[in-house]
Amino acid sequence: MKPGTTSAACAALLGRDLALTWRRRGDALNPLLFAVIVVALFPFALGPETSMLTRIAAGTIFVAVLLAGLLSLDGLFRSDLEDGSLEQLVMSPHPLSLLLGCKIVVHWLTTALPLIAIAPLLAQLLHLPDPVLPILLASLALATPLLSLVGAVCVALTIGMRRSGMLLTLLVLPLIVPVLIFGAGACNAAQLGLPTSAPLLWLGAWLVLAVVMAPLAAAAALRISLA
Amino acid sequence: MNKHAKDDEIMPLLQARALSYARNEEPIFGPLDFSLHTGEVVLIEGDNGSGKTTLLKVLSGLLEPTGGVVLLHGTPLTLARLSHQVALLGHLLGLKLELPQLALASVGLEGYEDQPVRMLSAGQRKRVALARLLLVPASLWLLDEPYANLDRDGIELVNRVLDAHARRGGAALITSHGAYAYTSGTPRRIALRNDSALPAALSPQPSLCT
Repeated sequence: MKPGTTSAACAALLGRDLALTWRRRGDALNPLLFAVIVVALFPFALGPETSMLTRIAAGTIFVAVLLAGLLSLDGLFRSDLEDGSLEQLVMSPHPLSLLLGCKIVVHWLTTALPLIAIAPLLAQLLHLPDPVLPILLASLALATPLLSLVGAVCVALTIGMRRSGMLLTLLVLPLIVPVLIFGAGACNAAQLGLPTSAPLLWLGAWLVLAVVMAPLAAAAALRISLA
Repeated sequence: MNKHAKDDEIMPLLQARALSYARNEEPIFGPLDFSLHTGEVVLIEGDNGSGKTTLLKVLSGLLEPTGGVVLLHGTPLTLARLSHQVALLGHLLGLKLELPQLALASVGLEGYEDQPVRMLSAGQRKRVALARLLLVPASLWLLDEPYANLDRDGIELVNRVLDAHARRGGAALITSHGAYAYTSGTPRRIALRNDSALPAALSPQPSLCT
């Protein structure tokens, strides 16, 4: 019998996780619904004044999307831990960091991508000026994978503990604040007619760093917390 | 040539030297010395809570031993270089309730390929997990209570699969609390004891060889 290749293992894991998300699509929609509700409630709370909504639009959408992502992080490895799949992943001959990378990709595809897809609708709800929309989408596209990657490391660190939800939030929050500042900052700059490339490039640089480092760190953290 | 001399000549597939594990300073098992050669099936016996599952986790590299070493083909075992050689079937089967599983004909479950695992009974799930073992080219099998939940046919199936694996040059360590056991041949046994006054041990290796 010949061992499977690493790429076949990654493809199988991607396929399995996507199939699982599809089977639990009700749960998977939860973060999306959460973000929509948060954004939709703001005009009710603050009043329908267009100028104010325009001013807070980008920041509100950003916060809602990041919180929705945070909400779904806890489940990233939870079911795999409970049914023993995680042990099998750790024992597999393929690099654990790559396998975890696949799981992170699936997390982003299933929680962040739908949020980015409905961001234009959320922007309309809050009267975001049309020229700012591309900047919002670009900064969300850079910020949400960062959340998935950094979050995965924190989840891997806390997975061995019971009721790790609170600790996870406390760990992720400070790491994600710079992402929020630069992401929402780019949108604010666009609204004021200022150049936006600097904050977007910063986000891009962090994303590159996280893509390389986060799966490795998550694999190491997972080994520690399973022991 | 007696058995001892032969043992020395062949590199054992798995060897434990003074292996022990303690959780929060409380010893779980050990120190243990034993070796496992290709073509061997060894039964680990012990009461509930005597450390059988922990021993398998240490041998699979999931837990770091507190003392001693595990040698796989003569080199120390680390999780990082486990490669394809070890397969673990634990209490947690690693099955997703939502998904159907493949390769079921080999464990007597043909016709169930489209059924989500949720629809299967505990014994059927065990058979599915066994099917995974057959798909992985590992030479060392660590099976935690493989007989639990299985009917008589299932127990025979496990024994058949184990025999075939041993004949192919594999080896297996299986745990049991004594209810059912590996029946073909007389397997070597390692006994774990709960008594912490005695260093919880075992048959020193070749004395119980058969």
